Amino acid sequence: MRRTATVLAVVLLAAGCSSNGTSNSGSSSDTPGVTDTEITVGTHMPLTGPAAAGYSKIAPATKAYFDFVNANGGVNGRKITYKIMDDGYNPSNTQQVVRQMVLQDKVFAILNGLGTPTHTGVLDFLKTNRVPDLFVASGSRSWNQPDKYPGTFGFNPDYTVEGKILGTYVKETYPGKKVCFLGQDDDFGRDSLEGIEKILGSVTAKQSYVTSNPNVGPQIGALKAAACDVVMLATVPGFTALSIGTAAKIGFKPQFVVSNVGSDPTTLTKTLGPAAGLLEGVVAANYLPLANDDANPWIQLYKKVNSDYNGNAEFDNNIVYGMSVGYLFVQSLQAAGKDLTRDSLIAAVEKGGFTGPGLVPVRFSAKDHSGYAGEQLTKLTGGKAAYFGTAYQTDDGDGAVAAYTGTAVAPPQNGIPTAQ
Amino acid sequence: MDRFLYLTFDGLSRGAIYAAFALALVLIWRAARIVNFAQGAMAVAAAYAGYSVTNATGSYWLGFITAVAGGLLLGAAVERVVMRFVDHSSPLNGVVVALGLVLIIQGVLGMIYGNEFRPAQAPFSRDAFQIGGVALLSRYDLFVFAAVGTVVALLTLLFTRTPTGLRMRAAAFAPDVSRLLGVPVGGMLTLGWALAAAVGSLAGMLVVPTELGLHPNAMDLLFISAFTAAVLGGLDSPVGAVVGGLVVGLLLAYVSGYLGATVAPMAVLILLVVVLLGRPDGLFSKAKARTA
Amino acid sequence: MVSAPKKVAISRKKRQRISPLLVVIPAAALILALTYALPPFRNYQLATVGAYLCVTAGLTVLTGLNGQLSLGHGALMATGAYTLALMQNRFNLLVAGIVVAVLVTTVVGAVIGLAAARLRGPYLAGLTLAVAVVVPSIASTFDETFNSDQGLTVALEPPPDAITVEQWQAWVCWGAALVTVLLLAYLIRGRFGRDLRAVRDDETAAKLAGIGVARTQVLAFVVSAACAGLAGALFAVLAQSVSPGAFPLTLSLFLLMAIVIGGLGRLVGALIGAVLLVALPSFAQSIAESSGSVRLEGNLALTFFGVVLVVVMLAAPGGLTSLTNLRIRRKSQKGRK
Repeated sequence: MRRTATVLAVVLLAAGCSSNGTSNSGSSSDTPGVTDTEITVGTHMPLTGPAAAGYSKIAPATKAYFDFVNANGGVNGRKITYKIMDDGYNPSNTQQVVRQMVLQDKVFAILNGLGTPTHTGVLDFLKTNRVPDLFVASGSRSWNQPDKYPGTFGFNPDYTVEGKILGTYVKETYPGKKVCFLGQDDDFGRDSLEGIEKILGSVTAKQSYVTSNPNVGPQIGALKAAACDVVMLATVPGFTALSIGTAAKIGFKPQFVVSNVGSDPTTLTKTLGPAAGLLEGVVAANYLPLANDDANPWIQLYKKVNSDYNGNAEFDNNIVYGMSVGYLFVQSLQAAGKDLTRDSLIAAVEKGGFTGPGLVPVRFSAKDHSGYAGEQLTKLTGGKAAYFGTAYQTDDGDGAVAAYTGTAVAPPQNGIPTAQ
Repeated sequence: MDRFLYLTFDGLSRGAIYAAFALALVLIWRAARIVNFAQGAMAVAAAYAGYSVTNATGSYWLGFITAVAGGLLLGAAVERVVMRFVDHSSPLNGVVVALGLVLIIQGVLGMIYGNEFRPAQAPFSRDAFQIGGVALLSRYDLFVFAAVGTVVALLTLLFTRTPTGLRMRAAAFAPDVSRLLGVPVGGMLTLGWALAAAVGSLAGMLVVPTELGLHPNAMDLLFISAFTAAVLGGLDSPVGAVVGGLVVGLLLAYVSGYLGATVAPMAVLILLVVVLLGRPDGLFSKAKARTA
Repeated sequence: MVSAPKKVAISRKKRQRISPLLVVIPAAALILALTYALPPFRNYQLATVGAYLCVTAGLTVLTGLNGQLSLGHGALMATGAYTLALMQNRFNLLVAGIVVAVLVTTVVGAVIGLAAARLRGPYLAGLTLAVAVVVPSIASTFDETFNSDQGLTVALEPPPDAITVEQWQAWVCWGAALVTVLLLAYLIRGRFGRDLRAVRDDETAAKLAGIGVARTQVLAFVVSAACAGLAGALFAVLAQSVSPGAFPLTLSLFLLMAIVIGGLGRLVGALIGAVLLVALPSFAQSIAESSGSVRLEGNLALTFFGVVLVVVMLAAPGGLTSLTNLRIRRKSQKGRK
């Protein structure tokens, strides 16, 4: 036991040596993470482990956009430093890294923290410490609780909104057909199904999968047995590919309608490899410019940033997503003005009115903290996705699904938003 | 009935792969009395080697051979370079070293290839033959059965009919006596590790085309199912590994098909409890002498 | 079967002279002082070490002293964490919540322990591994109660304004940890500790000496389960949330690594292990951060972590606590040959 005491003392004293107590108050000059020349922002996402596929490209893309902005003078003379922490999609790691960023590294805000189970765990902590929690990377409805979490804002259209839009498409295009559903066994699948059933009523058959069992044979078999004409997937990319591959394997050829979450064509084509032909005609939805749309001015901008600041990483929808997050954040900073504080940033986001790469507006207001308000449908042909029809907007309640008629906005000449 | 048949074949083709991987675990257990927690990561490393060769040459079979041969070498290397120097007075030391190897292998693979899923080719069509409207087996499934069957047959021959197999068994069960009788115990140990890793790599090559693709963590789940299968069958018994693998594969398919994928892990736990309470050393354990 | 080097049993005798209280009381004072000196994030890390110490201390008694290998302690922690979350959200009485969490986990541990007492070595590992991977499955199947992958948030009263949340968390966790260590220290000094070791070293001999082998094994499992439940409850308090993803199989494996690296069967080893569980990943990440590439960063940290494990195990097979006893170890090895 004596050694226990010695070890304890040594360890704790060593820990104590690195103490640096500072206090933070409300005035602008000593807002954490903000100096006259720098703004430090942090994020958490999986860089390792099974969930890292695809997602691990988002934060570097955001960072690349910030580097691009920094090289052009930054925002109000401040350069943005983006701290990316790996949580391996494990909620207890998220706890650690977010606390480290907020308490020790003194970040100004958390931006685009990824994942529902991971980010849910830090909501209360961020609220207690009054840290702006912007543009969470997940379509959970939890981010839109302005009364409970005044500093938290979403980004993705939530899964129910998406479900309603996909449901509307199916209802109009395939009337009287048997519609079935396969979804992930968590809030993603649940909320999606809720949106779909708001429009279509009860579906013919519903199946779920868990990420810990990469065999969807039994589920797809059941859908085949139910003779489904349309199968709606609320799946992550790997499981989209797996489901479509498994269906082909057993000679089951329904129309697939896939959530935006699991529909990145680059990822799907790569995962299916030689069987990528199966993707022909798959319908999905999106709300940002598509990575393979070279004519789109946003894509041209992002590709330039990608080659100059992101080591020319393979360009896909994850990179478009990451850069769009960066663009929206820079817009928010511009709107918050030169006297940047946490309160002024949140006020600026709540004021809303941002226009940017999205096909539909972001909905931010004092009463609404959800992200993009809707989506437009895409169809895959020849390994490339293309938009068709019009964009739709709706809410996660019983509101109607309405066509959005606003026009697309081109990016500013130099690629950097100015205060509006 | 159609559905039952469909699920049965689905379960058997998964189960065959679990069986092969479980067999690899059994091989090392018999040779070294250690559960190789690094088996999955080693198989992934070999599969990546195969993937690189396939990509460079365009030949699946060259990649396949590279993976199995790479597994053989990796197994020998792990034994010679690391495991040999582990103090085995506590079996947990070997487990911790194996877990350390898992982290190293996954980290290095992530650095080289990135943490993205890489598509893996299948050498044969995965489209199933339809019999009476029920999709039963694909050419690829038949290839899996054939490959696993060949491995089982070769291992049986090795252990029952060849002097090397006999030496390996002797070295594992009575190392001191074997050494006195001139059996190169250390060499046999290396051979055991190499063989096991090769079989594990083979299982890895078989499973990758059926799942999400190649990824540093791609075998984590396979390891869990296969370890369960090996424990179920009895870690000393190659037959047990095969039966255990098929049983676990079938159980997962039936439960996912009839009750939902969510409850499948619970079903596995219940099966393990029931079997192990009846036979604490697995289904195919040999009767042991009473100790008291 | 797991059997720690014999040295542990021999050298332990000498140290038994000091009362555990003489260690725990100064330790408590030291920690109290530290919580005032440390900044919030260090306090949070300190609190996490305390929470980990509860489970590693219990696990090292089970695995080190009694020779039972459990890969399922992550699941037991989840049991404690979910119980606390459900209790807090209904009654909001922290102490009652923690007590109930420990009790519920104890019952679950007893059930697993009853099965475990019949199993040995890898078979026990296989069963407990199946327990570890069943957590998300249960959370999804009974999602009305457990809310699937997203999990539950935990309602907590904020501490008085005079102290920070992190400081308060450190007090709660270390209060629990020191009580746990104290109780375990007394427990393993006495007859129970002798029974544990006797059963580990030779079941037949233990039986002949009149020790109830199965009873001792079940009790050991129950004790370590209670500790795991406490740790789980503390993690729920620390995170203010619980979800299955926070209790993966890797957690159980990391706990096992921690006690082995620290020094199996020793409470001081459990402490070192708990410190490493917190310090090593963040140390690895800060080293990797300088690499400048995101792709390298996470993977470099993993690799570094793995290398440390392998190197420590090769250099100090008895764990880090054994390093100070090198001379004794060498002698005893010579004697054995």
